[in-house]
Amino acid sequence: MVGGGVIGLAIAWRCARRGLRVVVHDPAPGSGASGVAAGMLSPVVEAHFGEDELPGLLADSAARWPGFAAELTEAAGTPIGYRTDGTLVVGLTGDDLAEARRLWTYQQGLGLPITPLRPSQVRDREPALTLRLRGGAFAATDHQVDPRRLVTALRTAAERAGARLVDTPVTDLSEVVAPVTVVAAGCGAAALTGLPVRPVKGQILRLRAPDGGPPGFRHVIRGYADGEPVYLVPRADGEVVVGATVEERSDTAVSAGAVLRLLRAAVDLVPDLAEYDLVETVAGLRPGTPDNAPVLGPLPGRPGVVVATGHHRHGIVLAPVTADLIADLVVTGTPDPLLAPFGADRFTCGAARPGSTGRSKQSIEEDGWT
Amino acid sequence: MTTTSPDAGFTVGGERFGSRLILGTGGAANLHVLEQAVRASGTGLVTLALRRVDTAPGTSGGLLDLLDRCGVRLLPNTAGCYTAAEAVKVAHLARDAFGTDWVKLEVIGDERTLLPDGVELLRAAEELVADGFTVLPYTSDDPVLARRLADVGCAAVMPAGAPIGSGLGIGNPHHIRLIRQSVEVPVILDAGIGTASDAALAMELGCDAVLLASAVTRAVDPVAMATAMRYAVEAGRLAYGAGRIARRFHALASTPDEGRPDL
Repeated sequence: MVGGGVIGLAIAWRCARRGLRVVVHDPAPGSGASGVAAGMLSPVVEAHFGEDELPGLLADSAARWPGFAAELTEAAGTPIGYRTDGTLVVGLTGDDLAEARRLWTYQQGLGLPITPLRPSQVRDREPALTLRLRGGAFAATDHQVDPRRLVTALRTAAERAGARLVDTPVTDLSEVVAPVTVVAAGCGAAALTGLPVRPVKGQILRLRAPDGGPPGFRHVIRGYADGEPVYLVPRADGEVVVGATVEERSDTAVSAGAVLRLLRAAVDLVPDLAEYDLVETVAGLRPGTPDNAPVLGPLPGRPGVVVATGHHRHGIVLAPVTADLIADLVVTGTPDPLLAPFGADRFTCGAARPGSTGRSKQSIEEDGWT
Repeated sequence: MTTTSPDAGFTVGGERFGSRLILGTGGAANLHVLEQAVRASGTGLVTLALRRVDTAPGTSGGLLDLLDRCGVRLLPNTAGCYTAAEAVKVAHLARDAFGTDWVKLEVIGDERTLLPDGVELLRAAEELVADGFTVLPYTSDDPVLARRLADVGCAAVMPAGAPIGSGLGIGNPHHIRLIRQSVEVPVILDAGIGTASDAALAMELGCDAVLLASAVTRAVDPVAMATAMRYAVEAGRLAYGAGRIARRFHALASTPDEGRPDL
């Protein structure tokens, strides 16, 4: 197992439980995207235009979450902050509402469960929301979990099942001697496999309710505030996650402007948040693929190598289905039909070819900007 | 551009482009779809913000690779700049990062409308032209300012049809026509396009090209919308050259009265 984030640890746990001897290589388990992610489990609200195959996988994995959470909590003996209060999608201004409505109309068209609400109904559900709100919708099946607690629990569960964690980093797959190597290295998978997995930067904030109490709202709230997309994830322990930017960059600097925009949008939607403590500002790198869907399955041309990466915005929600199906693949050698649209071989045209990196010399000469 | 089209495209900054459509990448949620949209649009010129892309060495699989594969020319822009000094600095950074002295100059004057600040824009344009840049300024639909921009040596003028991302179309078509008549350089309608008819109208008003981003990238089906825009720009240009009929208050039968059988 190369990579000990949520995906790598979940696969390790499932594999070890099935009696396989598992070694997880990661110098700092859970320190990548897993340690930054908000932990929304949103098969409905995350269904976006043009991502044809992804909603089905999101829905499948979300359906596995209740069982996965229960088993994991029992196996690890530690809570993971799994909450099922649902998600409210809201629009602050008329323009914001129109934008939000356009997306949920699309999601309704896919047959996904999301219910439009009048402004008064939105506030009845969540009185902490601003009175200025123009409307929203409720997605009852979009839940949340605390990814940091999840990493801790998965690690404990994997180790209890017999998996071994070692802190030696892997810089080349030839360093790993095992019948099967699973690459779950997030953005690091690009260098190891040549797959087109790129870093997509996200800046995210953590607030804490004053006086050690729980936050003043219980739903995941997401939407637009004056054109600014934002989400708010309240945890029972008082934490509120405010996210997140989506930037085509590979640094992890936190910018004043991004913090300002996120906080302004958050406070616009839930005015009381202005009184919360700002306890953390951080940036992480999502492993993104050209079509925003993960890469799951055998690595072409490399017998014995399986990849499970490129989960982009969806690593936490996709952890159960990834772990189950990759463990099946490792044990049986046969990919589940569910994995078919997500194979590494779908990137075989253009620069998506494994091993192809950077701009080709040929084309730079052709357009003459050298 | 299809081979059957009688339109040979347009020239800006000494470069010939077969397609009169220029695409922006802002708002694209999915690189795979963006790539298909860029190809479907037939465009040869794509604008992107310096700060949106990672120009650090060793990064791959991102926007730059994609545009490279599509074989389009890059037009870096100064999106997000509010002063002339800032825009000039970003233009220089972009020249170093992308190896092109072309710049889509944006100097925003107001956060809510994202309309340009004409005073700062003109100042930045003058300085960048002097520094050897090929400057394509995003401007308001003001014919006087457009003329001033052309006078300082801009390679084109790019008036807004409506505020960026609003999809409101062309708010003041007459001003676009006036701009077309007041400058010699290409006029590129930039911002405000919501759907294909807006792009066609821009071409019918005499614009040399249309630049749009959100209309395609935020459409439910960006590839279909990119295709629609390609046809709209071609259709609008052909209609412009074809000489439209006069608008009349009353009908005029297309079949003349002469030769009607006497019953």
